[in-house]
Amino acid sequence: MRIAIFATCLSDALFPQAAQATVRVLERLGHEVDVPAGQACCGQMHVNSGYQGQALPVIRNHVRAFEPVLDGEWDAVVAPSGSCVAATRHQQGMVCRRAGDERLARRAEQLAGRTYELSELLVDVLGVTDVGAWFPHRVTYHPTCHSLRMLRVGDRPTRLLRAVAGLELVDLPEADQCCGFGGTFSLKNSETSAAMVADKCANVVSTGAPYLTAGDWSCLMNISGALDRGGSGVRSLHLAEILAATREHPWRPEPEVAHVGRAAGRGAGRSAGRAEVGA
Amino acid sequence: MSVHLGMPTVRPLPAADPADPLRWGPTFPDAAHETLQDGQLRANLRRATHTIRDKRLAVTAELSDWEDLRAAGSGVKQQVMATLPDLLEQLEASVTARGGVVHWARDAAEANRIVTDLVRAADAHEVVKVKSMATQEIGLNEHLAAAGIEATETDLAELIVQLAGDMPSHILVPAIHRNRDQIRDIFTGSMGDAPAGLTSEPADLAAAARAHLRARFLRADVAISGANLAVADTGTVAVVESEGNGRMCLTLPRVLITVMGIEKVLPTFTDLEVFMQLLPRSSTGERMNPYTTFWTGVTPGDGPQEFHLVLLDNGRTRALADEIGRTALHCIRCSACLNVCPVYERTGGHAYGSVYPGPIGAILTPQLLGVGAEGGLDPHDPAATLPFASSLCGACYDACPVKIDIPTALVHLRDQAQHPQGRRARPTGWSVGLGLAALSMRSGTVFRWAGRAVPLARRLLPRRVRRLPFPGSLWTSSRDLPVLPRQTFRDWFEQRPEPGAAGGQVADRQGTGGTGGTRADGEEQP
Repeated sequence: MRIAIFATCLSDALFPQAAQATVRVLERLGHEVDVPAGQACCGQMHVNSGYQGQALPVIRNHVRAFEPVLDGEWDAVVAPSGSCVAATRHQQGMVCRRAGDERLARRAEQLAGRTYELSELLVDVLGVTDVGAWFPHRVTYHPTCHSLRMLRVGDRPTRLLRAVAGLELVDLPEADQCCGFGGTFSLKNSETSAAMVADKCANVVSTGAPYLTAGDWSCLMNISGALDRGGSGVRSLHLAEILAATREHPWRPEPEVAHVGRAAGRGAGRSAGRAEVGA
Repeated sequence: MSVHLGMPTVRPLPAADPADPLRWGPTFPDAAHETLQDGQLRANLRRATHTIRDKRLAVTAELSDWEDLRAAGSGVKQQVMATLPDLLEQLEASVTARGGVVHWARDAAEANRIVTDLVRAADAHEVVKVKSMATQEIGLNEHLAAAGIEATETDLAELIVQLAGDMPSHILVPAIHRNRDQIRDIFTGSMGDAPAGLTSEPADLAAAARAHLRARFLRADVAISGANLAVADTGTVAVVESEGNGRMCLTLPRVLITVMGIEKVLPTFTDLEVFMQLLPRSSTGERMNPYTTFWTGVTPGDGPQEFHLVLLDNGRTRALADEIGRTALHCIRCSACLNVCPVYERTGGHAYGSVYPGPIGAILTPQLLGVGAEGGLDPHDPAATLPFASSLCGACYDACPVKIDIPTALVHLRDQAQHPQGRRARPTGWSVGLGLAALSMRSGTVFRWAGRAVPLARRLLPRRVRRLPFPGSLWTSSRDLPVLPRQTFRDWFEQRPEPGAAGGQVADRQGTGGTGGTRADGEEQP
């Protein structure tokens, strides 16, 4: 299959590891990937912040970048984000229609019909649950609200995780509860958001798993930021990163600093890094 | 009322007496700043909401046709909104034909005036009240008090709220912010006829309230209620409650005045079948409601001999005109959305500054006050901050028995709140910041360059930055900043070695592996 990667603005600029891992998994499964150059963002941040007018040109750009899928340029579009895929399915059409652009609304909706979240693409479209990954660790999984309640991905991510060699999946208590991110909610209502993520972190830590995963770096950014602040030692990584890990090329965390000497040998020695930087 | 010296005192919550039941206190973030500090409240709310949540899930899961019921409830409500004027006139005709009197109130002031005049006409100075959101919304008790009429709330939780001088913090459980020791103190301090040595055992508290209310039920000449539903084709009005105190009010007094929001009308008697299943299971988690009272006009010699139905608009018609916002009028006040909301669970109801708290309050209150409309709410009005009091997690939509898409309505009202008609938006930090972001995100080329600022920042910074100054501190006060990447995804994709036509295996062999980010040799690049 020929698959277009919708990296999402957050993954493109801040968490490239999720989109990179998506590329690796799909190529390992024998598919050809493409990264359409015109892509930027789905517009969700602007829509959810109350600026639908500003979102319109962003959505128009998204549709322009990916609509070749409707003419057979690619077989599908995939994003390593439940939230962004949910925005294409549930928001873009509505925003365009409200702005009076019915044609764009229809194009956006057709495009959304060919756009998949990673676990949907793997399980439903490509028909695989065992992607040949290896990750010999205990992992707990946060389902993320938009994957859970807007996309209804159900057990697709956990089926993928259970098929990973060496991985032990530990249930997360109150998994369906929101982590408190909510985009600009985390800034506009930062104290409420902090209270929510504190409870999420307590649940994550209670599992004893050293790794937390999810299908969205936005939620992970929130939870891992709070876990790191609390010095929990739990590491966060995207579902795609686990699925991309193999015995030959095991997962490696992003070194904290740019200089080789300082980053070398740190590996998973997170607490040592903290002490140095926090001093 | 006498002052009981030496008795434990309970501070009213919120502390200030609200001038407007739909809009008191500061913005949501400021109000939440206060309520989040209250550990007792957080613990009470967590226990209460989780208990009722589990109960609701158990009794909704046991019905094989629950989703069909939700769809039916949603369908009936859509039909009601599409034909509301006709249904209301039909209801008026049906009620009138059965001996009731229908009054129309455009707003809270008009409704209060109508009710006060009716009580005076009955020559009463005291009324008993059935728990009702509509009368809370218009501040009826305060209005009656100013006219020298004493109104007694007879729902146990409403009575607690009234005696404490509080505002309700939950639609169904208005005193959810009080624990039993506080309730004992409230009764002892304010009830007047509380038994000596009252304990905080629930049975003792209920007995004290029962004795206090019984005398009032027997002597009151006028009762005031709300309505859970009213049926247009028969003129039947219904109150659904759990204690039986409502039924005392609805059957004993000579005069009954019901204040009902116009959106509560249903087309036909058979529609009750749907709502009498949806409501109890969603609100209290019960299969069947304990006390359901239906009445149709006046029945000579049985029950109230005078019945007045006050139909309240108070902003509802304006909400009806909004295609997305009007779904808030579908609400049957079950409070399931409050019980599953992670924001409500932590901030409590008072943070919303309205008698309608929680997710439904966040979309209903601003609309009743005219958000987005010309001359409506200012973008900086506290009620205009309510649509932002949600992480859009969607738990409310899943729980709603009439399938109100609250997240979509919230997003829509956020836009309305920022852009009221006929008002030029003043630039804010948000509008400027998001505007700049939108400029970069409307072109792949521009965004690509903008995204490169992140790896550049990493290169320029000597060490990992975990904290930022304001406004970044809104994020970093409780979370570390993430480790910044060395390269944007797109730069990585273009600069990596060709994966080759054979696909993935080649990519791994060529050393793009190591799944944690960029190539293993990435660090050696300048």
